[in-house]
Amino acid sequence: MGYATNPIKQFDIIEIFSFGSINGFDLVFTNSALMMLVSVAIISGWLILTTRGRGLVPSRLQLVSEITYGFIANMIRTSTGSEGMKFFPLVFSLFTFILVSNILGLYPYFFSVSSQLIVTVALALLVMGIVIFYGVWKNGFKFLKIFVPSGIPLVVLIIVVPIEVLSFLSRPLSLSLRLFGNMLAGAIVVKVFAGFVVSLTAMGLIGIIGAILPLAMTVALTGLEFLVAALQAFVFTILTCVYLNDAIHPGH
Amino acid sequence: MEVEAAKMIGAGIATIGMGGAGIGVGIIFGNYLSGALRNPAAAGQFTNLIFGFAVTEALGIFSLLIALLLLFVV
Repeated sequence: MGYATNPIKQFDIIEIFSFGSINGFDLVFTNSALMMLVSVAIISGWLILTTRGRGLVPSRLQLVSEITYGFIANMIRTSTGSEGMKFFPLVFSLFTFILVSNILGLYPYFFSVSSQLIVTVALALLVMGIVIFYGVWKNGFKFLKIFVPSGIPLVVLIIVVPIEVLSFLSRPLSLSLRLFGNMLAGAIVVKVFAGFVVSLTAMGLIGIIGAILPLAMTVALTGLEFLVAALQAFVFTILTCVYLNDAIHPGH
Repeated sequence: MEVEAAKMIGAGIATIGMGGAGIGVGIIFGNYLSGALRNPAAAGQFTNLIFGFAVTEALGIFSLLIALLLLFVV
């Protein structure tokens, strides 16, 4: 199937140039890597450009950066307390990177980085690695208290503890699959409705009139996808904060 | 039955699971709205609302993933 009809074709990773191969592993600069670099360049460029003046009375552009800072800082303070502020750089980077790469993926001919499972799994494993590493380093053996909710009779604990362990183990899975699934499903749905427009207009005059309906649906879905892109970046960040709270204060 | 047809039917059945997630997300937002409209002071629970939404929605995404795996990978 061609590019116009196959909804999964848009996620193909295309080689841009190759650095050669080492031990059979191809070192290739792909469109995925290019889009990640573009996202990082946009975030860094935006933040450097808007905070260059550093006016005491912020300009309008500077205000956008300050609101983003305040939004994330407030989120960390409410969910983990002021101790969590040492993770501010991590959470802020995660939020801006996911937000910008989600939104960039919605533009035509752009490649959606966050609809690649390997990217979201890497982000989720980074978060869970930090949670486990910091939790053990800070609390030592007490970190295991996250599996034992307080105030529960001993008999019930036999059932609750395996459930808590299972729930902890499924966190990286659900964290990565949620972002991946939302972005993938959204892109596929928009593509399917756009495909209806193409196939209807090929049917003549009646088809062209009928194609207004899927076209309107495509426009509406694109608007919805902008909402989902921002919401999923927010969800990933808030879950990161909740998991970090477990590492900082184990035991419910 | 042909394997290709069985894959298509299986993918269709797998997406039924998303309906359950839809019901769950609807209950969460509906209860939030009714609670927030009765007592506007309770509207500050937006973070918990999004947290519950995310946890519920993940299960729907799992079934969507099974459908996509059946269609394009297996």
